[in-house]
Amino acid sequence: MRPRTAWQAMALHPLSFLTSAWPWRSLAYLAGGVLVGAVAALVFAAGLVAGVVLLVVLVGVAPLVGVVLSSVTVAAVERRRLRLVDLDALPDPHRAPPAPGLRAWAATRLREQVTWRELLFTLLSVAALWWLDLLVLAFSLGLPVLLFASTDSQTWPWTVFGAIVLLASPYTVTSWAGARAAFARTFLAPRDAELGEALREVRASRARLIDSFDAERVRIERDLHDGVQQHLVSLGVTLGLMRLDAPDDSPLATGLDEAERRLAATHAELRSLVRGLHPPVLTDHGLAAAVEDFAARFPLPVDVDLVLPRRLPRPLETGAYYLISEALTNVARHSGANRAWVHGRCRSDLLVLEIGDDGCGGAEPDEGTGLTGLADRLTALEGRMRISSPVGGPTLVHVEIPCRCA
Amino acid sequence: MPLRVAVAEDAVLLREGLVELVRRFGHRVIAAVGDAEALVAAVAAERPDLLITDVRMPPGDADDGLRAAVELRLAHPGLPVLVLSQYVERSCATRLLDTGGGAGVGYLLKERIAAVADFRTAVERVAAGGTVVDPEVINQLLRRGPDPLERLSPREQEVLGLMAQGLSNANLAARLFISAAAVNKHIGNIFTKLDLPVDTDGHRRVLAVLALLRA
Repeated sequence: MRPRTAWQAMALHPLSFLTSAWPWRSLAYLAGGVLVGAVAALVFAAGLVAGVVLLVVLVGVAPLVGVVLSSVTVAAVERRRLRLVDLDALPDPHRAPPAPGLRAWAATRLREQVTWRELLFTLLSVAALWWLDLLVLAFSLGLPVLLFASTDSQTWPWTVFGAIVLLASPYTVTSWAGARAAFARTFLAPRDAELGEALREVRASRARLIDSFDAERVRIERDLHDGVQQHLVSLGVTLGLMRLDAPDDSPLATGLDEAERRLAATHAELRSLVRGLHPPVLTDHGLAAAVEDFAARFPLPVDVDLVLPRRLPRPLETGAYYLISEALTNVARHSGANRAWVHGRCRSDLLVLEIGDDGCGGAEPDEGTGLTGLADRLTALEGRMRISSPVGGPTLVHVEIPCRCA
Repeated sequence: MPLRVAVAEDAVLLREGLVELVRRFGHRVIAAVGDAEALVAAVAAERPDLLITDVRMPPGDADDGLRAAVELRLAHPGLPVLVLSQYVERSCATRLLDTGGGAGVGYLLKERIAAVADFRTAVERVAAGGTVVDPEVINQLLRRGPDPLERLSPREQEVLGLMAQGLSNANLAARLFISAAAVNKHIGNIFTKLDLPVDTDGHRRVLAVLALLRA
């Protein structure tokens, strides 16, 4: 899988990582961070001082408001810079002001929650982040250079140390860049309510589509259970009563026994059809029982370890079930594994699922191995999926879905 | 001696069929009801020798029938219960078998009714205090190959599976085309390998089935 973030890139083979652009992008990200941080610190300091001094004469409010609003700019720059180490762009959470002009713009921004989040982020950047950027760069690049420069017969062990630090620097720089990016993303990403109306609508309609799909499957399952299956059972009883009347060795008895066997086969087929549509165990007993049931019918041994404090919301339960069953089906189809396992826990506001096997690995989401099919469901649930499947195995699918389950 | 049987099933057609079938087996149906509450009342009033009930029933249209069966077994120790279900689920089987040490309990797919001879055996076995578990459950459990069962040979696993379905030694011998002595030997091996205490044969059979379910 091609990495989307600097952090993911570090999981690559060291040679591919070191020859990739990621260490350089991370370096650029941190260097830019120092620059932006220094400028922001200057502006903020000036604004604060001016504001506090002038507050006595009341005009001081203007520089303070300016400080708040300038954090919007800092955040905008930060969002752009983030693209260096995280290919998934962050959408701008701000609304367009209702009227042109500075007044309307300022009024809108000051009323938005995100502006205050950005202010907090900017304060943290000014107070700590850019210092840390500087520190990391100084340690991993500046220090070795200093040590090399002062090499002589006495200090050579320090030179060796400097070389080691320099060799490690792609990882040092990238890991801090990744951490910093995750931090920035947390503050600067739009919350649900701030997503553009259009985007929210797309997401909602996709969720509705999958939801109505699932509802339909449940309805068909119920119809089959309450209708067809009941009739078949009654038919079986009728046949059974006739069989009681038939003398044991008569042709009638033979025929009825045959009919009963065929009916049993029909029942078995119907049951497996119903399970494929929407397993009744899921509706009645929840995710853990349904996955256990699926695992028990699975051609490979599957260790199921799902601990959920209570029943999950229905769309989540259904989505997670199909996700797990689809992932396991992939294991059986492509991996050549001898065992598989499913692990699931609720971590504060995330449902974390892991599906793994001991197979040959090499699963590629782009090659239509069924992994792409999972993505649609995940998007509707606003979940994220990571797949680790090096050639030679093993394969691990890690899924995180937001939910309030704890 | 005919059994006094209570039948609970919400689908009228099937309920009537069941009643007719049980009568044809030579037993008496003393109550035929359509929901879990009526079932509890009927058992309290009539004290039947056997209760046959559906899992999904009104008023909740969830597992009301099963819950009523479990409660009734706790309230009336030794009351034999045969539960019929549209699909099998392991925790249902375990919940049911956990009452009264699993004696006098049956858990079958509804469709098994059609094989009348086997169904009759199951009905009478449960009423006599035996344990009958649907082959579908057994297959699932055996395929998982859990620990204590791994000590059993494939043939012994097969015998245990058939025992769980309520087959007697004679039926087992006929089904597997082996002698009664061979069946006895397999069963003896199963008891030894599962560390079951020496006791009456019937009770050890129940314990063996429980070992299978809990593994």
